[in-house]
Amino acid sequence: MAPSSGRRSAPSKEQLEDRNTVGINKETVTNTVSTDYPDHFLDEDHAWDVDHFRDNFHIQFHQNDQFDSQFSLIGLDASVANAFRRILIAEIPTLAIETVFVHNNTSVIQDEVLAHRLGLIPFQGDKKGLRDFLKPFVKPAEGADQYSTTFDFNTVCLKLNVECTHNKDADPNEKDPKKLYHNAHVYAKDIVFDPVGDKQPEIFSGEGIIKPTNPDILIAKLRPPQVINVEMHMHKGIGADHSKFSPVATASYRLMPTIKTLQPILGADAKKFQECFMPGVIELEKVTKQEASKKGSGYEGHQGELKAVVANPMHDTVSREVLRHEEFEGKVKLGRRRDHFIFSVESTGQWDSDELFIESVLTLKMKINKLKPQVTNMVRNF
Amino acid sequence: MPSRAKSPEDASMEDVAAAAAAQTSGQKPAVSMSGENVGGLEEDDLDASGEAAEPEVEDEEELQRVKILPGSSETAASFEFLEEGHTLGNALRYIIMKNPDVEFCAYSIPHPSEAKMNIRIQTYDTTTATAALEKGLQDLEDLCDVVSEKFWKARDEFNATKDTAMQE
Repeated sequence: MAPSSGRRSAPSKEQLEDRNTVGINKETVTNTVSTDYPDHFLDEDHAWDVDHFRDNFHIQFHQNDQFDSQFSLIGLDASVANAFRRILIAEIPTLAIETVFVHNNTSVIQDEVLAHRLGLIPFQGDKKGLRDFLKPFVKPAEGADQYSTTFDFNTVCLKLNVECTHNKDADPNEKDPKKLYHNAHVYAKDIVFDPVGDKQPEIFSGEGIIKPTNPDILIAKLRPPQVINVEMHMHKGIGADHSKFSPVATASYRLMPTIKTLQPILGADAKKFQECFMPGVIELEKVTKQEASKKGSGYEGHQGELKAVVANPMHDTVSREVLRHEEFEGKVKLGRRRDHFIFSVESTGQWDSDELFIESVLTLKMKINKLKPQVTNMVRNF
Repeated sequence: MPSRAKSPEDASMEDVAAAAAAQTSGQKPAVSMSGENVGGLEEDDLDASGEAAEPEVEDEEELQRVKILPGSSETAASFEFLEEGHTLGNALRYIIMKNPDVEFCAYSIPHPSEAKMNIRIQTYDTTTATAALEKGLQDLEDLCDVVSEKFWKARDEFNATKDTAMQE
């Protein structure tokens, strides 16, 4: 233990586990509030100590695909975990369509609805360019020229120009509009990137070109001779302003479920017990000779019978189904670990999901760094 | 605790809130808090030509977003943060509560349609409320460093095991 933590006496392992478990009963929850503060327990010091935190905090990855990752943060308080989650959703900037200039739109979709649909399409492009080259857009001052703050380093231009025409080669009996006409369906992939300035064509070229993450998003359906001809300006923004700027499809966490069997559950009961949970959570094992011969274990004389064993509580949904059955009363205790957060981050495509989490931590740090001089400044002027 | 409704503290708080509102609305820059924005020239400029682009950008950078609310003493103070919310409020509250010199710490968002977050800190006389706030910010930053360091390590390890598993 770190000497600087000044901890006077350590609580037992069971005590710690009890404190870290939120109890889940049939109709109620217990022990929901964290108690790791100084003066909460007599003779225990819970003062903040980085070294102590470093020793006790760890991260476990469960899945790490490009756009979908799951990992556990263990040894953290809910307030901090929640800060990361909130930043993921609302404060990490992404690029999205902000302004749509409608040159011509004879489709059945109204201009404003079309503009809204376009805004929600997620785009991707060269990561470095998106993160470092592009800067947030600053709105021009009132009365100033509309484009006085529009530059190649804060605006990306896109074009969408499609006209629906008859397909001369189509079979006369053809019923499928996609074969009967050209451009009957307008997809996200029909949007073209239109680089401006010196650097944009360089940065956003090849693999790094600005394009929709999902090319097959349907934007509109057309019939001859309908036309959509629009130009779009993309800006960088944050999810707090509009959810189209949110870099995540979902970013959520749940607490690690705990299932404790207090008495042996055997035979037919074990099977029923297993079915009360999600698949994989409870496994059935045979009672060994050793267990059966051990007095007071509850397994005496049950050698060879099936017993229920908690295998993987992480997959449980904590449905509390098991608490509805009389035969399990007093035999099982459900709970959740207060300091074990199973995060799930699903990216919309502009960032990799593991990068996103790191970015959320850095964003919180940046927030703090901006406030530090402010606090100093405040003291000077108080 | 005295009743909150009629205390003179609250009356003065309203004045300050009004002053802050006038300041943020950008129509008439009130007395500069940072001392860098002194002089009536800019005020005249604004009156004449609306808002020029230049000062607006500058304003954003130097806007004082933290202040001590009236009625505060050395060891018991309320701080008002502009443009902050639950994200920072709750995390900061937690880390300040972890400070053994702090007797009480809480945060609130007085009204959902105002981008303001208040933090109340009361300390024992071993430190001051401002010092506790500064320590809280520092501790939270240290926490962030540990999290990002450990996260990257865990990710690299996980990816490495995934790669070797795929090769086998």
